[in-house]
Amino acid sequence: MLEELVAVCREYDGVPVIKRLSMKVREGRVLSIIGPNGAGKTTLLRMMALLDKPTEGEIYYRGTKVDNSSVNAIRGKVTMVFQRTVNFNKTVYKNVAYGPELKKMSESEIKRRVVKALGLVDMKKFADRRAKKLSGGEQQRLAIARALVLEPELLLLDEPTANLDPKNTLEIERIINGIKGRTTVVIATNNPFQAGRLSDRIACLLDGRLIGEGTPKEIIDRPMDARIKKFVRGELIR
Amino acid sequence: MLLDITLRSLLVSGSATLLAMLWSIPIALTISMREFTGKRVVKSVFNALLGMPTVALGLILFMLFASRGLLGPLHLLYTPTGIIIGQAILITPIIVSFTTSALESVDPEVKDLTRTLGASERQTSFAILGEAKKGATLAIIAAFNRAIAELGVAMMIGGNIYGYTQVLTTKISTGVTMGETVLCLELTAILLAIVFSLTLAMNLLRRD
Repeated sequence: MLEELVAVCREYDGVPVIKRLSMKVREGRVLSIIGPNGAGKTTLLRMMALLDKPTEGEIYYRGTKVDNSSVNAIRGKVTMVFQRTVNFNKTVYKNVAYGPELKKMSESEIKRRVVKALGLVDMKKFADRRAKKLSGGEQQRLAIARALVLEPELLLLDEPTANLDPKNTLEIERIINGIKGRTTVVIATNNPFQAGRLSDRIACLLDGRLIGEGTPKEIIDRPMDARIKKFVRGELIR
Repeated sequence: MLLDITLRSLLVSGSATLLAMLWSIPIALTISMREFTGKRVVKSVFNALLGMPTVALGLILFMLFASRGLLGPLHLLYTPTGIIIGQAILITPIIVSFTTSALESVDPEVKDLTRTLGASERQTSFAILGEAKKGATLAIIAAFNRAIAELGVAMMIGGNIYGYTQVLTTKISTGVTMGETVLCLELTAILLAIVFSLTLAMNLLRRD
């Protein structure tokens, strides 16, 4: 088990967002977390990325309880791509090289990794461009390259294709399919069909609670839970 | 003489700017990146101090640096070091306020981004400062301009001692009363050239 959340709760200003949620992330798999807007997907991913601490409950990484003493060692092994793409005001190359530079890797190793990561997202030709001058789709691909360059054990993607056109959505899905099996991926999305196309397992989140988990067939094609069935059909659920 | 006074002015105000940066940038980083009680009050105080009259600061420092003052034993009165300290205090609110604004305009998700890439708190601060470097540079240039163009502190703390604490503004101020009009005009031209060229550089930076 790569990461495990045990009965985690998270509140913001006294408002519960995640309610006693337990979940396991298996190594080498692609797990999608689906649910409507406001279900708590981003909050869940932020806890998985160790950006936010659970108000209650525990997180275990490779069997070790995550606490203040272990969190820094785990960071960098878990990288996250945010829903709203944020990039440094530098060139594409320098953006991708940022993580390896933090880890004080040698110049040759940084170059090898950056070239490889840019190749994975088909952005080698953009290396010298300013990140802020890229289109939305290109900025998202850059964000993925910057996360992949660290060769993370766990890659968290928060709504990776939100605000992208179908062409760029397909490109991002191609990238995710390309890294399948090489790294563990968790995707938060409100598109159940995208989750079905990309994932080994799907977890359905509603109002901060996990209401179902299974294979794409179990969740998308033959949902047992009426609320999941409604969500997959595109109907309003509460 | 022109060169001597100009170089001294650049050295004194440049040193004051570097000295002020030493504490002002960490203060700006603390204000912009941390939540603490009284944060708004602290920001308001620095903003209010932007308009600090130089003679008022000069008088306060004069009383502190005077031989019977609290800092009298340090013998800072009528020394270039005294002017440097005075100008550094004068320009601190400029660097703090403007740099804080620049840092607060950086996308807050940059902090999360650097943390997920394994950055420590210090590395995160540097990354955010890097994102705000244009605004921070503008703050530093504006602070230097204020320092080199001020008169109150340089006159009251430096005393306009020929060849020792005499700088462009103090020489212009006293030279006029002594009838050295041509020299004063030359020194004014030099002072304006320094300030305008830096302001021009600041505007070019802002447009970039």
